[in-house]
Amino acid sequence: MKISLILNNKKITEDIEPDMLLIDFVRSHDCFSVKRGCETSNCGLCTVFLDDKPVLSCSVLALRANGRKVTTLEGIGSEAEEFAAFIADQGAEQCGFCNPGFVMNTIALLSENPHPDDEEIKSYLAGNLCRCSGYEGQLRGIKEYLKWREKKS
Amino acid sequence: MEGEEVMKSVNSPVRKKDAMQLLTGQPIYTDDIAPSNCLIVKLLRSPYANAVIEDINTDIALKVPGVEAIYTWKDVDQNSRRFTLAGQTYPEPSPYDRLILDRHMRFVGDVAAIVATKDEKSAAKALKLIKVKYNVLEPLLDFRNAKDNKILVHPEENWESLCPVGADNKRNLCAHEVNEMGDVDKVLSECDVVVERTYHTKANQQAMMETFRTFCTIDAYGRLNVVSSTQIVFHCRRIISNALGIPKSMIRVTKPRIGGGFGAKQSSVSEIYPAFVTWKTKKPSKIIFTREESMIASSPRHEMEIKVRLGAMNDGTIRAIDMYTLSNTGAYGEHGPTTVGLTGHKSIPLYAKAEAFRFAYDVVYTNVMSAGAYRGYGATQGLFAVESAVNELAHIINKDPIALREANMVKEGEIMPAYYNEPNTSCALDRCLKRVKEMIDWDEKYPCRRVSDTKVRAVGMAMAMQGSGISGLDVGSCSLKLNDDGFYTMRIAAADMGTGCDTILAQIAAEVLECDVDNITVLGADTDASPYDSGSYASSTTYVTGKATEKAALELREKICRLGAKILGCSEKDTEFDGKAVFTKSHDKKVSIGDIATASMAGNNIALEAAYTHTSPNSPPPFMVGAAEIEVDTETGEVKVIDYAAAVDCGTPVNPNLARVQAEGGILQGIGMTLTENITYDAKGRLAENSLMQYKIPARTDIGRIRVEFESSYEESGPFGAKSIGEVVINTPLGAISDAVYNATGLRFTELPITPEKIAMGLAKKSI
Amino acid sequence: MITFSEYKAAETLEEAWQLNQKKNNVVIGGMLWMKMSKKRYNTVIDLSGLGLDKIEETDTQFRIGSMVTLRSLENHEGLEKYTCGAMKESLKHIVGVQFRNSATLGGSIYGRYGFSDVLTIFMAMDSYVELYKGGVVPLAEYAASKYDRDIIVSVIVKKTPGVFAYESVRNSSTDFPALTCCVSRMDGKVKAAIGARPMRAVNVLDNENLFANMTSENAEKFAQYVQSKVSVSGNVRAGKEYREHLVKVLVKRCCLEIMEKEEQK
Repeated sequence: MKISLILNNKKITEDIEPDMLLIDFVRSHDCFSVKRGCETSNCGLCTVFLDDKPVLSCSVLALRANGRKVTTLEGIGSEAEEFAAFIADQGAEQCGFCNPGFVMNTIALLSENPHPDDEEIKSYLAGNLCRCSGYEGQLRGIKEYLKWREKKS
Repeated sequence: MEGEEVMKSVNSPVRKKDAMQLLTGQPIYTDDIAPSNCLIVKLLRSPYANAVIEDINTDIALKVPGVEAIYTWKDVDQNSRRFTLAGQTYPEPSPYDRLILDRHMRFVGDVAAIVATKDEKSAAKALKLIKVKYNVLEPLLDFRNAKDNKILVHPEENWESLCPVGADNKRNLCAHEVNEMGDVDKVLSECDVVVERTYHTKANQQAMMETFRTFCTIDAYGRLNVVSSTQIVFHCRRIISNALGIPKSMIRVTKPRIGGGFGAKQSSVSEIYPAFVTWKTKKPSKIIFTREESMIASSPRHEMEIKVRLGAMNDGTIRAIDMYTLSNTGAYGEHGPTTVGLTGHKSIPLYAKAEAFRFAYDVVYTNVMSAGAYRGYGATQGLFAVESAVNELAHIINKDPIALREANMVKEGEIMPAYYNEPNTSCALDRCLKRVKEMIDWDEKYPCRRVSDTKVRAVGMAMAMQGSGISGLDVGSCSLKLNDDGFYTMRIAAADMGTGCDTILAQIAAEVLECDVDNITVLGADTDASPYDSGSYASSTTYVTGKATEKAALELREKICRLGAKILGCSEKDTEFDGKAVFTKSHDKKVSIGDIATASMAGNNIALEAAYTHTSPNSPPPFMVGAAEIEVDTETGEVKVIDYAAAVDCGTPVNPNLARVQAEGGILQGIGMTLTENITYDAKGRLAENSLMQYKIPARTDIGRIRVEFESSYEESGPFGAKSIGEVVINTPLGAISDAVYNATGLRFTELPITPEKIAMGLAKKSI
Repeated sequence: MITFSEYKAAETLEEAWQLNQKKNNVVIGGMLWMKMSKKRYNTVIDLSGLGLDKIEETDTQFRIGSMVTLRSLENHEGLEKYTCGAMKESLKHIVGVQFRNSATLGGSIYGRYGFSDVLTIFMAMDSYVELYKGGVVPLAEYAASKYDRDIIVSVIVKKTPGVFAYESVRNSSTDFPALTCCVSRMDGKVKAAIGARPMRAVNVLDNENLFANMTSENAEKFAQYVQSKVSVSGNVRAGKEYREHLVKVLVKRCCLEIMEKEEQK
C-alpha cells in the first residue's frame, strides 16, 4: 500500500506491506537509533514522535503515520546532543541501547513540562527501561541539564 | 592514594569514549551494521521439555518462496564430539554436552531445526510448515530430585567432562565437591547458637536491553567472519570451531558495540546458528533473538538451594559455617561446575576468623532452560544465604547486625581459608561498614518505625565480596603503538559492553604515557587483530587487562625513550619522557613525541609498539556494604526500597563516574532479584515469565534513591591500586532487603522474590 | 506478531461496520495488545479518520470517542475534576506515557480485559457504551456480554454528582495489577468496581446501605460485604486467597478516601 509521510523533515512516499510496523519502516530508512527491545510494548527503546507525541514505534502501524509527521532521534540532532552531553558527563549512557528512546522521551517530557520535579521525571519516563544504570545517573543528568537550561535563559 | 603522586587520568571521571555516539543513536550495534542481504536465521524450538525427534519433515517448508535452507539433526553427525557454549578458558570445566542440532530435545525451547530464508515472513511461514513427530518423554523438572533420578537428561555416550569436577551424566551430575577446613560438626556442637536455614533463589534473567544477535559473512580469504554481541571473542572462536568442526584458522570473531551483557553473553548463545548457515551456504546470514527467545532459551542465573548452618557463641563470635549448595544447571552444563564454587568461596571468607568451615555442592541437570553466567556468578546466591543467616543470628542473640559484623568480619592482612587461602591484601570493608552506618542513619532507624496505620519503615544491611579475575588463569593483554603526530592505538580483546572498559583501559595507558585520554584510540575486540584476552567476565577487565595495559604502556615508554635517545644522540639512560617530549636529563636537548613518531616511519628499526600479557596469581576481592531502607504496606504487602545506601571498596576507582553507575545499576538488579523478578515453570516445563511483560525488571518508578560512595583500599597488585567492581555490586540487596522486611514485619523469607502476596499473607496468618 | 493482508482506514462508520462483519477482519484500536496476537487477519479496520478522538463535555455528561487515547483521558481537566483525581490514578501505572499515547479507550472497553484499570474505573462511574448498531447500553451490561461485531462509537459518562476513589496493587509499579478497585458514591449510592480478579471487572452495589453512614467502621463492613460478593481466582500474579484479602483492603481504603474527599467538598 502507498504511504506518504514526513520523516525527519523529509517527505517520503513509497509502497509498503500493510502490516509493516513503524519501527521497521524507520529502520529501513536508516533511522538506526530506533531499537527493538521487546515484543510486548514494555521497554520504550523504540520511542519516536508521531506528530510530536512520543509513541512506541513497535506498536504503531506504519500506515497509521500516513500523512503525518514522524521524528526519530536522527531528526532532532542538536537538541538531543545538547541534552545527551549531560548524560555522558554522568557516565550514565552505559551500554547505550536504551539511550535513543530515553533521550526522545525526555525531550517529550520537557516540552510538555519544562520544570519537572523528580517524581514527575520518573513517572513520565516509567516506560523507558534501562538495565544498566539503575536510573540514578540518568536522573542526575536530567537535573544537571535543567539547571544548565535555567542558567542559560 | 597512599604514597602515590596525584594522578591525572586514573581516578578521573572522564566521559566514555563512545558516549556521544551511543547517546545520539549512531548505527554501531550488530543489527545496525549487518549487511542488508543477510539470510534471516530462525530456530524451530521444541514445545516439549523432554522428547526425542522421531521424524522431522521439511519438504513442504522448503517449498515456501524465499527459503534458502533448513537444517535438522540429520545434517549433524549425532556421534560427533560434543561441545559447550560456555565462554571459559580451555579445557573448559563445563561439560561437552551439546550438538548444534540434537535429536534429543532437553527443554522447552531446545532447537529442533535451523531455518534460513530471505526475509522474516518466509521464515515464519517455513517454521509453521516443518512437521515434527516427537516421542514425548517424562521431563525431569524438580532439581531437588534430579541426582540419581531414573530420568537422565544426558543419557548419551558421547557426553564428556574435560575437567575433574565430579561430573557424571549417568547420575544427572554436572559437578560435585566437598571442601573443608577444621572439624565443622565438632565446632558447631560446641556453639551456643546454630542458625540452620535453607535459601532458594531462582534462575534470574540478565535481561540486557539488546537480545542475543550475530551476523556472519565469508571474507576475501574464504574465512568465516562472525560479528557478534559477545563478551568473549576468543572463546567464541573455539566454540564455533568445535560446533562446526572447522579449523580455528578459518574463523574470525569481532564484536561491535554491545547492548549489555551482565554475563549473558559469556556463553555463545546465538553465534553457532548463523555460523553454521553461512559456512554451509557461503552467504551472509544473521540471527536476532526475539525477547521471548532471550527469555526462554538463553543463559540465566543458576537456580540454587543453599543450606547454611552458622554456629556462634552468645557473645557474637562466629565459629563455623557449614554450607551445602544444590545448583540447577538445567538442560546443559554451561558454567555449572564453576558458578557453584562462588556460593561458598565468595561468602564464607567474609567471616574468615571462623575456626572451621565446610562447603559441599552438587550441580544437577534438569529439563529446564540451561543456566549460564550472570553478574555475581554464584556469589550472589551464596551471599544471600550467609548474610541472611548472620542477620538472623544477630536477632537471636540480640545484637546489632552491624556490631556483629564489626566483631567478625575479615580484615586486611588476614588469610582467607575458604578463599583458597589467599591473603586479604587490600580491604576497606571496615570503613565501608562505618560509612554505610552513617549514610543510612542506622542507629536512628534500626530496626523499624511505624509511619502510619498501614506503613512501616525499616532498615536492613548486608556485606559482600567478589573476586578480581580468576587467579592464575585469566589472561589479559594489551598492545599499544605510537602513530603519526604522537597519538596511540590500543588493541585489546576485553569487551566493552557498556561498562566503559575501552575508556578505563585508555585512562590507565594515558596515566603511564602522560597523555590525554583522547590521544589514545581503542580497537577491540577482534580475534585476528587483538592480542589474546580471556574476555570480559569474572570481574577481570580492570584488574587483569588493566595491569597488562599499564605494563604495555611502561614498555612503550622505554621504546619511545630508546628512539628519542637515538635522535638526541645520547644514551637511553640519559633520557626522560614527560608525555610530550623526550629530554636529556640535563634538559638541554629534547625531541617531541610527534617528531619521534615521524622519525619512526623513516629509516627506523625500533618498533614503537609494545604488547604485554598479564595474569595474576591472586584475585583480590572488592568489598561492599549495602543498607536498605524500605517502606512496607502491612495490608497489601507492597514493599518499596525508598533509600539504598552503599559503600564500595573497589580499590582505586579508575573512573569514579563509571564505577558509580556500575554500582547503582548492579544494586537495582539485586533489588529486582529480591522483590520482583520471578521464574515459574508449569508442570510441562514451560516458563511463564517469557517476556518483559511477565518478567518484571525494575522501572524507575519502582525505586526511591540509590546512593553509592567509595571507601578505597589500595591493591598493590592492581593497576594504580585498582580491583574490580562489575559484579560485587549486585550482591548486597538480597540479604539487606530481606532483613529489612523482617524488621518491618517479623517475617523471615528465605526464598526470592519476596512478593507483596507473601508478605500480606504472612502477616494475615500471623495475626490469626 | 499480528499479520494481515489489507489495511483499511474507514471513511464512514457504516463502512467500518460492514467490513467488520467478516470473520477474518478486525477493528484496531491502539493495537497495543492486538499486536502481540499471533493471529492472521484478512483486513484490519482503522477508525482513526472518523473523528472519534474527541472528549465532548457538557453540563450533564462526557461523550468520549472510542479512539480517545488513555493519555488524553489522563490529561483531561474535566474528567480529573469529576473523578476527584481517580481517573489519573487509574491510568498512571499503565506501562508508560508512550504506551498511553497510543492505547485507546475503545480498545480497552471492547477488549474487556480482565486486567483492565480502564474498565474498572468506568464501571464505577455512570457509564454507557454507544454502539454503532446496538445503541446505547450500560457499561456494566456490555462488560458482561460476549464479544460481538458491533463497533464502539463512544463511551458516555453521566455527570451524576459523586465522589470516586481508585486503588490498585501491583507486584511492580508498571505491571498488570494484582487487583483493581474503584469505589464511587453517586447521589448517595455506593458501589465498588473490582477488576483484575483476574477476570473482568464487576460491580458490587451497596444494596444494604452499609456505607450510607460514612464511618470507618462502616467502611470495614462494606469492604467485608464486597469481599463476600465478589468471586476471584488465582493466576501467576496473585493467588485466590491474596486477592480475596486485597478486595477487602482496597475497598476499605477507597471508602476512607471517599470520606476524606466528601469532607473536602
